[in-house]
Amino acid sequence: MRGTIRIDANRCKGCELCVGICPKKVIGIADTFTPKGYRPAILVDPDGQCTGCLLCSTICPDVAITVYREAVSRTPAQKHAAAA
Amino acid sequence: MLAETMTVVYERPETLLPVVSHYCPGCSHGIIHRLVAEVIDELGVREQTIGVASVGCSVFSYNYLDYDFAQAPHGRAPAMATGIKRYRPNHVVFTYQGDGDLASIGAAEIIHAAARGENITVIFVNNAVFGMTGGQMAPTTLPHMKTTSSPQGRDVATMGFPIRVSEMLATLDGPAYIVRRAVSDPATINRTKKAIRTAFQAQLHGLGFSMVEILAACPINWDMQPEDALQHIKNAMIPYYPLGDYKVIDAVKALA
Repeated sequence: MRGTIRIDANRCKGCELCVGICPKKVIGIADTFTPKGYRPAILVDPDGQCTGCLLCSTICPDVAITVYREAVSRTPAQKHAAAA
Repeated sequence: MLAETMTVVYERPETLLPVVSHYCPGCSHGIIHRLVAEVIDELGVREQTIGVASVGCSVFSYNYLDYDFAQAPHGRAPAMATGIKRYRPNHVVFTYQGDGDLASIGAAEIIHAAARGENITVIFVNNAVFGMTGGQMAPTTLPHMKTTSSPQGRDVATMGFPIRVSEMLATLDGPAYIVRRAVSDPATINRTKKAIRTAFQAQLHGLGFSMVEILAACPINWDMQPEDALQHIKNAMIPYYPLGDYKVIDAVKALA
């Protein structure tokens, strides 16, 4: 499954909890500073490894992360196979 | 990167205002605020909700949670919530209190609100220190834990033992729902959200006093990195404050 995240840098305080929890290790810390003086988390995912698993948004204390996932469109036959 | 076929699977809850909080990096208050906002959104009771903010870091919860709010003197949030709930019984009334507020100066209020079985919900955030004033020892500070007012560690011979609030209140006949949860990893966070939802549902059904104690991290005053602080909850807090359901009356069990 493909997913991605958007991190609101102005809300992020650089606590790095999302960096540690990400199973695909696609979150890093930016070299830039936010207006509050923190170095925010950024998504570094050139290979599209993010699955939208929600772990980062669950652990984020500042609710700075929005998570997206690829909408899966299946034919009726595929749906039947997936349910079986 | 964001393809058009992608749909939002998580976004900020509606009743959590889009502002930057004053909490320190890694502070668990942000997570717990979010869980409360998500539960109120999902229950659809935003317009009936009245919060009571306590004294401590969480006093500013009224700047972040978009409900009507009152601000109680130190420790008196359950007393104020009692008055609001009795005057407006159709509203959802909750208090949001830390351990430096609820377990110390507010001990009398919480015990009697629980004993009366007031139909309110208490969100009790236990991080074992007084956070706002600089990390002094609280009634819930663990034995041998170093704080700014117990620099040699809490010596139980002279400073007494920590109070297990959930166990204590569960001995009373008044409360309907008393549980302890933690926010140390995504699994415990999700379980905490379920408990908060049950607590609010108990109030909506008029079943009486409900409280969720949440073991939380205060990385700055614990002098730890945020990730280490969450580990500290697991390694030090949970052994002394075991997670679990301390009182769940049958009517609350029937809600689930």
